[in-house]
Amino acid sequence: MTGRRLVSLAWKSLWMHRLRSLLTLSGIILGVGSVVAMLAIGEGASQEAEERFRKLGTSNLLLASVKPPESEDAGESRSRILRYGLLRKDLEGILETIPDVKRAVPRRDIPVKARFGVREIATKVMGTTADYAQVANLRLASGRFLTPADGHARKPVCVLGDSIARKLFQSVDPVGQDIRAGKHYYRVVGLLSERGEGTGGTGGLGGESDNAVFIPLETMRERHGDRIRHVTSGTRSYENVQLHRITVEAISGEEHVIARVGAALRSFVKARHPKGDVRITVPQELIRQAKESKRIFTIVLACIAAISLLVGGIGIMNIMLATVVERTREIGIRRALGARRANIVSQFLAETVLLSVTGGIIGLGLGVLVPMLVTWLAGMNTVITPFSLILAFSISGLVGIVFGLYPAARAADLDPVEALRRE
Amino acid sequence: MTATVVAELRGASRVYQMGEVQVRALDGVDLRFVEGSYTAIMGASGSGKSTMLNILGCLDRPTEGHYVLAGRDVSDLDDDKLSAERGRRLGFVFQAYNLIPHLTVLENVEVPMEYAGTSPGEARERATRLAQRMGLGDRLEHRPTELSGGQQQRVAIARALANDPVVLLADEPTGNLDSKTGVEILDLLDELHAQGRTLIIVTHDPKVAARADRTIHMLDGRIQRIEERAS
Repeated sequence: MTGRRLVSLAWKSLWMHRLRSLLTLSGIILGVGSVVAMLAIGEGASQEAEERFRKLGTSNLLLASVKPPESEDAGESRSRILRYGLLRKDLEGILETIPDVKRAVPRRDIPVKARFGVREIATKVMGTTADYAQVANLRLASGRFLTPADGHARKPVCVLGDSIARKLFQSVDPVGQDIRAGKHYYRVVGLLSERGEGTGGTGGLGGESDNAVFIPLETMRERHGDRIRHVTSGTRSYENVQLHRITVEAISGEEHVIARVGAALRSFVKARHPKGDVRITVPQELIRQAKESKRIFTIVLACIAAISLLVGGIGIMNIMLATVVERTREIGIRRALGARRANIVSQFLAETVLLSVTGGIIGLGLGVLVPMLVTWLAGMNTVITPFSLILAFSISGLVGIVFGLYPAARAADLDPVEALRRE
Repeated sequence: MTATVVAELRGASRVYQMGEVQVRALDGVDLRFVEGSYTAIMGASGSGKSTMLNILGCLDRPTEGHYVLAGRDVSDLDDDKLSAERGRRLGFVFQAYNLIPHLTVLENVEVPMEYAGTSPGEARERATRLAQRMGLGDRLEHRPTELSGGQQQRVAIARALANDPVVLLADEPTGNLDSKTGVEILDLLDELHAQGRTLIIVTHDPKVAARADRTIHMLDGRIQRIEERAS
């Protein structure tokens, strides 16, 4: 019998029991569908995370000041100035003692209200140097970034993030205007293009430039000193933080270089900041972790998929065994009309494979549709890889063969005389 | 006239082992069927007529003795070869018609040809011709449930003839039909006989058996007597 004939015959008998076939399929449909959908969502999420970490710079290592937990002197903290975090000395120390460092760029953040005309926005001024644009991979939309000369001359100039520029200026071209930040005025010399980091995700590691006002670090020091005043619900507190962030760029992004610089930085920080008020973040490590967690996610998913396909397969086998009993007489007739055992096996196997592959196709459709819905409704990034499609499809075919073989063999082993006698 | 022997049982026995008891359903039967003959097999239930039909139809094998079909001893063929013999050399007509319910008239007639490896186009052509010959020309695309009993049995006969068999075996072909339709089917079989087809029919109805050239009476797995009729 030809293959086409076999398939059309199988289709006919499945179509005769449409509802039963569909119910039998549901296991495979849901199994394949959920695998494809979850892989797409997982892939999308991990690509998004990787992309976010990549924006921090793969050859960078980030040092950040963190407020130490208020421990022994909790009672006095109101009257005292809290002193913690990175020091200017640390910056020099890094440049002098850590090998393979291309540059180290400091940053200091002070919360202020920025004002232009009648509009006022709570934001941060970030004091930094000319190199910051390179290490943080900032792109200019217009004007220029800070220059070394700005710093040396302690010029009152600033560069605005995309988001804050829009909010403050709306239709006016900001470059050349003066804004007020805190008590001081700054001339806008440049605008950054949008980075679109969103909020959160990287724990505030990089997602701040859209809303920031960048000024030369030297200008900041001259105007604000080292003391930062925080006013929260009427209570004033003072902090003395010299630098909030040092971005260390290694000479290359190669793994062993990053590892060496990372190890050197860790022991450096441990020696100078034993209280744990400096945190080190390595984007490349985060990317690796993201990849690792994706791998684990994929393995877990594969297990779930295997279980659901197993259940689906058992469901199919169950139905096919019932079908064999139900169609014993047909089997007898076919044997009497010259069907060999192999003909009977291929007939039932064709039905099972057609059943599971149909389930696989419907499941694929579902698995493609669900991520699209997720993207549309939740705005999450989803990526459907061809690999997952091929995988799901071939597995559903395999399930059909594996779980169809036994019922088909049972059918073929029936004695023709017995089978013909059955009602 | 020297007629060709198309099927021959030589000391054929079929023994079933039922626990400790041996049942000799067929007990050393010698029987010849010549080309173009029309034989009826009669007997009470348990007389061995069904067992004989199964062996003649290659659905079963004799445990002792031999069965020679169209000059070939098929007693020791394996399952695949026996299936091929069934499909190519034999045609079956059953009491309960035994059509496949989800296939149309044409598709039912095509089934034996599919297993014999006839090309789909040729099978379709031949099935159409046979169905038309059986008076089913306007029922080709119908399913068995849409047909009367007599029509279903005609489809079964068309199917039995599909591979131009050496022997046509019929097991109580009129058992499920009313007497008028039964006569029509028997007339059709007579017609096939007249065209030179070899027929073997199992029945318990003497009126059916009366149409054959000879009647084999079975009892306890043996031939009790053979009744010859001049044709």
